[in-house]
Amino acid sequence: MHDKRKINWLYTAASLITCILIWQAVAVYIVGNPFILPSFTDVLLAFILLLGSGTLISDLTMSFLHFAIGIGLALLIGIPTGILMGWFEKMFTFLNPVIEIIRPIPPLAWIPFAIVWFGLTNFSAGFVIFIGAVFPIIINTYTGFSNIPKIFVEAGQMLGCTKNRDLIRFIAFPAAVPHIAAGFRIACGVAWMCLVAAEMFGVSAYGLGHKIWWYYHLHQMTNVLVYMLILGIVGLAVDALFRFYIRRSLLRWQTGEVH
Amino acid sequence: MGKVVITDVSRRFFMDDKTEFLALDSLSLTIKDDELVSLVGPSGCGKTTLLRIIAGLDHPDSGSVSLDNILITKPGPRVGMVFQEYSLFPWRNILDNVAFGLEMKKTGRKERYRQAQYYIDLVGLTSFTFCYPYELSGGMRQRVAIARALANDPDLLLMDEPFGALDAQTRNTMQEELLQIWEKQKKTIIFVTHSVDEAVYLSDRIVVLSSDPGRVSTVIDVSIPRPRDRTSPEFASIRRDVLRLLTLLDTTPGKI
Ligand SMILES: Nc1ncnc2c1ncn2[C@@H]1O[C@H](COP(=O)(O)OP(=O)(O)O)[C@@H](O)[C@H]1O
Ligand SMILES: [Mg+2]
Repeated sequence: MHDKRKINWLYTAASLITCILIWQAVAVYIVGNPFILPSFTDVLLAFILLLGSGTLISDLTMSFLHFAIGIGLALLIGIPTGILMGWFEKMFTFLNPVIEIIRPIPPLAWIPFAIVWFGLTNFSAGFVIFIGAVFPIIINTYTGFSNIPKIFVEAGQMLGCTKNRDLIRFIAFPAAVPHIAAGFRIACGVAWMCLVAAEMFGVSAYGLGHKIWWYYHLHQMTNVLVYMLILGIVGLAVDALFRFYIRRSLLRWQTGEVH
Repeated sequence: MGKVVITDVSRRFFMDDKTEFLALDSLSLTIKDDELVSLVGPSGCGKTTLLRIIAGLDHPDSGSVSLDNILITKPGPRVGMVFQEYSLFPWRNILDNVAFGLEMKKTGRKERYRQAQYYIDLVGLTSFTFCYPYELSGGMRQRVAIARALANDPDLLLMDEPFGALDAQTRNTMQEELLQIWEKQKKTIIFVTHSVDEAVYLSDRIVVLSSDPGRVSTVIDVSIPRPRDRTSPEFASIRRDVLRLLTLLDTTPGKI
């Protein structure tokens, strides 16, 4: 067990190192132009310089703020909507047509209205992210709620849990949590994509995405690449953190159920 | 408390091809306070359907069921149910599963855990109190389901083939435990089983149902004093009677 883990780590390291070596060789010996393809060492140097200048931290903070606004709103609106649709059949019939029409509109198509409604503010970037994140949350919450085994509801009723509100709180919600969590994870991925685009299109004047566009205009492609890599790594970290949390809190009871 | 009066209960189902199927045909039955009654009958004869109607989970097309002269129209904590299939809440540990009914009654945390622990001990699962259902075997889960139903202190306990999935040894132990609990707690119990042996061992009366349509075929009094000896002649004689009735019912034409 332990050895296998060690070997896997070795493979991960080898993969990264190989990739970096090839990148460095291609950039230096084949392309030879840092505007077309900055080398690894260029990027590392630029990263250190950017760290020193302090803008990196404020960009990260701004992006997280946009992300938090978007995801927060998506949870606040998406979960109750999904619950209503999954629990009350009439609500599903009433809400579903609207959702099905709005859902296929790419979140980025909302950017003009985001700017018209909220101006170049953090909230406007948050709004675009919200549009991207809310649908996976609604759909998964709804799916979770409409797939609750009837036996749990009936067992609850026999034990005195008979009001809709109690059934939702004590039976349906906990039973649907794995679905909701999966929806949240998808939403985070979508939100991260929307974040970059929203910031790039100038819905906000700060953030990681905004800086990519900014450095592109300054023809500083090395910095563009630094920001791209940061986006990748932070996205990965957020997802890993989430998975870690899920494994600790949810999988406790789910292990026996899913397999 | 726990007198059950079933009056002319009929229940129709519509099959896929729109044909009507009479699962229960104006079935009447009275079960006395604190009585332990078994329902036996060929599979598909409507035992589960009848229990669900008594529980308030299903509704008869005509007729009614009352418990202590109050009509049963919807599920509630007066009636406890141990389902045929697995029904524990997988997201709650054993203690919180058993305490669920008390939590619904807004019993304080300390008090409900104390009572839940008592019933967990009663079904012999003390060392599993903080485990989750997936960590338990089928038999243990069923014992938790029984503890959960008992902890809610219902007047009437419905049990749908609760020991069906257990091995013979555990089954006998569970039967004895159930009798002990029943004698201590004084509840009315309606017990569905496929095992004639189990029915004779446990019941005050055995209700034999016929199928298609579901009706009461025969009611047999079991007046052997407890504890009962499965090898005694009286026991064997009643078992033989029930078996003969069941064989007769199973070969009745009209059943597929
Ligand atoms: N929800 C339902 N819809 C259609 N038919 C049903 C339904 N529930 C039960 N039945 C039918 O009613 C009959 C009695 O079923 P049930 O009460 O489960 O029998 P059992 O005595 O084996 O518990 C069976 O033929 C079954 O197919
Ligand atoms: Mg059945």
